[in-house]
Amino acid sequence: MSNMFKMPGMQKYPVVGLILVAVTLAALPFLVAMTGGQAWVRILNFAILYIFLALGLNIVVGMAGLLDLGYIAFYAVGAYVWALLASPHFGLHLPFWVILPIGAALACCFGVLLGSPTLKLRGDYLAIVTLGFGEIIRIFLNNLNAPFNLTNGAQGITRIDPLTIGDFSFSAQSSLFGIDFSGPMKYYYVLLLLAIFVIIVNVRLHDSRIGRAWQAIREDEVAAKAAGINTRNVKLLAFAMGASFGGIAGGMFSAMQGFVSPESFSLLESIMVLAMVVLGGMGHIPGVILGAVLLTALPEALRYGVEPLQHMAFGRQLIDPEALRMLVFGLALVLVMRFRPAGLWPSPERRRELAEKEA
Amino acid sequence: MSEVLLEAKAVAKHFGGVKALQDVSLTIRRGEVYGLIGPNGAGKTTFFNCLTGLYKNEFGEFLFDGHRLEADAPHKVATLGIARTFQNIRLFGNMTTIENVMVGRHVRTHAGVFGAIFRDRKTVAEEQGIRRRALELLHYVGIADRADDLAKNLSYGDQRRLEIARALATEPKLLCLDEPAAGMNGTETEGLRELIVGIRKDGVTILLIEHDVKLVMGLCDRVAVLDYGEMIAEDVPTVVQKNPRVIEAYLGGSVA
Repeated sequence: MSNMFKMPGMQKYPVVGLILVAVTLAALPFLVAMTGGQAWVRILNFAILYIFLALGLNIVVGMAGLLDLGYIAFYAVGAYVWALLASPHFGLHLPFWVILPIGAALACCFGVLLGSPTLKLRGDYLAIVTLGFGEIIRIFLNNLNAPFNLTNGAQGITRIDPLTIGDFSFSAQSSLFGIDFSGPMKYYYVLLLLAIFVIIVNVRLHDSRIGRAWQAIREDEVAAKAAGINTRNVKLLAFAMGASFGGIAGGMFSAMQGFVSPESFSLLESIMVLAMVVLGGMGHIPGVILGAVLLTALPEALRYGVEPLQHMAFGRQLIDPEALRMLVFGLALVLVMRFRPAGLWPSPERRRELAEKEA
Repeated sequence: MSEVLLEAKAVAKHFGGVKALQDVSLTIRRGEVYGLIGPNGAGKTTFFNCLTGLYKNEFGEFLFDGHRLEADAPHKVATLGIARTFQNIRLFGNMTTIENVMVGRHVRTHAGVFGAIFRDRKTVAEEQGIRRRALELLHYVGIADRADDLAKNLSYGDQRRLEIARALATEPKLLCLDEPAAGMNGTETEGLRELIVGIRKDGVTILLIEHDVKLVMGLCDRVAVLDYGEMIAEDVPTVVQKNPRVIEAYLGGSVA
């Protein structure tokens, strides 16, 4: 398994390398806060949240080869579970260790619910059904304010409790050992732990009996069946696993934002997460992580960078920054897919194979 | 333990109006190499697909080693001990050679998601066992030096061997080979023949679909002939070879 993260120099000094990575990750929010302010710490947090989501989706799309365009629905389920169980909406304020498992379990159930009717579908057909599923969940959330006000409709749910462990709240400023930690900084460390967990899970699943069964189904379902794999159960397992990760990420999203509404869970979000998986290097875990970071950071960097750039170049604003942002973003995606079809950081096998084809 | 390993009873399979298999009954004894031959489109592969549960046969049933085989449940068939290869090789192309064989161990192992994540001692031991056995099988079929290459980069003959290794990994009692020599040259076919003889010596019963008459006649203890979905002969190769209906099926009916 360890060869997945092999980098030059890492084999020679594994401990030194690990400490360096750990220190960098620990210091990162401070460096970011110094250079870009708290807003960028928040963006950093979202990048990690998207790593989490992308790796969840990687199980379904990258490993098992089941194209899922409605993945964000599970994120929505997790987010709303947190929002409903820890906000004044129902007057419930349950602790995180109750909510997160419920969110993961419910998302998991939705995963199986989506998976079971689609077992015989593949490729384009599966994509369409999952796309519909994602939209159904969003529309439900939008309309479940009558006859009984479950989700508060399009207005969403506000004043959601932040993550608290005992009396320690993750949203407020606090100081530890004489260092001031802002709310987003504290969330950063929680998310980092979760991300490390999901990375380990992904790597270990990839090289396990179940992971191989998923890959076998991706490669050739008929041969997988003949080799004795119960494709129905194994596929449902992939949907369930991917969905529960989505559920956990959703819970964290709710806690961080303090507000959820259906519009956060649009089709575009599903596509963004899918783009992270594909652009990074489908099925290759470091690539997926890179894809998630880049696709979160790039639009934000453009948001902050496009306007001053226009002023510098033309002396005034020519194009609406929001429109230009998406234009540049789209162009970047097209260029990456044109020149690196296997993703920015594909697995060594894939890279070798592409190199052979060109030679 | 009865002498009969597999009994097909009046198996029939229709595709719309086409009767791909009609009333096919045959018995395969333990330890023999049983050949299934016939012209293109005679229904040999359809028979394989029904047997291994990929197709659902409309009529008839298969009795295997004291169990009635469930149609439409390939993984259960594999668990009972029937493994197969495919006429047009079906490997897991983007997985390495050894991983392909390791997939074959799926039915004989048990680790689940929690084992995979937490890597308890039992799972680790099982995983090591899987890898060890897979490597043994690669040595057995003679492609161990390609263990870490992607399956799709293997040569044609090696891909055929890999498919056999993957099938053997499921510990089959009956190994079904669907035209294993198709597209092979003389040397490769000879190597394949030796491999099949070896597998049989290890106690695995073999059901063989093959067009290479020399290979079939040299290897098989008994041969069944299919023509237009019907079984027209079943006997030892030397007798089948002289059967007028078989000759007619292969060379075409008399013009007169």
